[in-house]
Amino acid sequence: MRSSRRGAAAALLGPGSVYLALFFLVPLGLIVVYAFLTRGRFGGVLPEVTLDNFARLLEPVYVQVIGTSVGTAALTTLLALVLGFPTAYVISRLPSRWRVTALVLVLLPFWTNFLIRTYAWIILLNDAGWINGSLLALGLIDDPIRMLYTQPAVITGLLYIYLPLMILPLYSAIERIDPALEEAATNLGASRWRVFRTITIPLALPGMLIGSVFVFVPSMANFVIPELIGGGKSLLLGNLIRDQFLKARDWPFGAALALILVAILVLLLFLQARATSRMEGGRSRARP
Amino acid sequence: MRTRRSAHAVLALAAVAVLTACASGTATDPIDPDADITEQTLTVSIWADYYPADLAERFEAETGVPVTIVNHTTNEDVMAKLTTGADSGIDVAFVSGQYAQALAEQGLLAELEKSLIPNESNLYPEASELAYDPGNVYSLPYAWGTTGLCYRTDLLDFEPTSWGDLLNPAPEVAGTTTMLATERWMTLPAQKFLGFSINTTDPDELAQIRAQLEATKPTLLAFDDTTFYEKVVTGEATMVQAWDGWCNYGIAEDPNISFVLPEEGSDLWVDTMTVLASSPNKEAAMAFLNFILEPEIHGWVAENILYKVPNAPAMEALDPSIIDAFPNMGITPAELLEQEVAIDLGEFTVEYSRLVTEIQAG
Repeated sequence: MRSSRRGAAAALLGPGSVYLALFFLVPLGLIVVYAFLTRGRFGGVLPEVTLDNFARLLEPVYVQVIGTSVGTAALTTLLALVLGFPTAYVISRLPSRWRVTALVLVLLPFWTNFLIRTYAWIILLNDAGWINGSLLALGLIDDPIRMLYTQPAVITGLLYIYLPLMILPLYSAIERIDPALEEAATNLGASRWRVFRTITIPLALPGMLIGSVFVFVPSMANFVIPELIGGGKSLLLGNLIRDQFLKARDWPFGAALALILVAILVLLLFLQARATSRMEGGRSRARP
Repeated sequence: MRTRRSAHAVLALAAVAVLTACASGTATDPIDPDADITEQTLTVSIWADYYPADLAERFEAETGVPVTIVNHTTNEDVMAKLTTGADSGIDVAFVSGQYAQALAEQGLLAELEKSLIPNESNLYPEASELAYDPGNVYSLPYAWGTTGLCYRTDLLDFEPTSWGDLLNPAPEVAGTTTMLATERWMTLPAQKFLGFSINTTDPDELAQIRAQLEATKPTLLAFDDTTFYEKVVTGEATMVQAWDGWCNYGIAEDPNISFVLPEEGSDLWVDTMTVLASSPNKEAAMAFLNFILEPEIHGWVAENILYKVPNAPAMEALDPSIIDAFPNMGITPAELLEQEVAIDLGEFTVEYSRLVTEIQAG
């Protein structure tokens, strides 16, 4: 009985675990190994162990790119939080039959290819594009406003792409908040702001943290938006990694850059897990 | 004991010899002009949409050799397959000239057996004087062209003639120009404008190129090597650094678009056909190269891709209306040869990567 259950568990876990081990852990292991090897002249790596790839990360130009990436991703995450929170809150308080509709609408953009949606932004924002064209036709402006190929355009594009990844975890966190808690606080005389601050936000925090990780990390790694919407005039970490593999034929340095991204992801997940467990630990202690 | 040990040594030596023989066997697998190629099969790696859609069927119909065509998107893409795997399974690879040079230097390419490629005589004499592979020992040119300025005659009130028009643009042009972002091409305008070689490895010259590009960057609409001709079509850009063939795609949509080869000169880029040393089907591969050089097949590229091909009868057979509509199709081999061929810079490539990163990130 017991062993057959264990067998069933293995059968259920097996395929997924093997898949992950093969296609996630092995490539990750390769990246770690490559980051310590020497560039092959024609791509690939030479089996000479070195720390040069990590030393190069400290060169001003790469520090600058990493700094820009962190700044851009942080701003995108903050804006996603500010825009996503009210949206998630309202959706979670909708009658249940509308909730599904609203969530489907949030996910709707994913049904269209990411590149096509990015091109749509180019058509909207460029100097001869729809927005400038309309404003010019209405006589509201005399010269087109430069919107495309600027840093704000990059952030707009990133925000557009990743906002759903903030809304969904926020929704799932807010949805689980017992409305009775907010009612009780209101009945006891708390202002709406106080209810929001002391009940809603703390209970939604796990969702906020997960959503932030989901937005922050891919924002740093994106290379299409800076290229198409940013006009290649600034680089994110993603561009740098892509270029090492596809243009510079410098796989070890590309691997070292990719490891930074992994390190940031692991650090954020660690912080998120700690914050969440501390909160939930606190809650369960408070319960009896 | 001693005898046994020496027997071991002999065995080991023999094993080494056999292994070496095998290794060199795969590397130089001699070409047998009388081989029956119908028993061979070919795998050809080429850029997507760069060949007639029915190429494989036509070659098989003519020679009986089945062909599998695989596509690569960039040179780096196919280089990764050819240089890292034990055996890529690829017999014929289309790569740009400096990549063919790099592959040949690594011993990965087979010397071409010209007796199996009689159609080589269709090539212009200039096509055997290309710096990355003089005499076309390892590669044959498939298409060639240059890089210049692609601009809107109706939006500019002057005719650009110099790289300086792009690098130090007039105030009314600033903000409506783009440059290529691929490293060897991003540096090209500054190199030619300053009178340097596009293959320079001189740190002082690189510093001057950097200074020029740093001054140019704020005047650019964007760095762009994928959609620049669309920007010219929409009028978002008035003048862009462009490959000749890509400018033709813009001209096809708007006859107000023109191409100019700047007076300081430019590059001669060549996309080539190569046969891998590891290929067990070299005779069929040579036949495939020969088939491409048929004026009808090669001419298809010029007519449909709007890239010049180094094939004299193919270019002579080209409909004159194509050259009327796309004047850069009429650039002669002699004019092309006046431009500079990019060669592989080995370790120095890293310096170009760094420079381009600094310009883009700065």
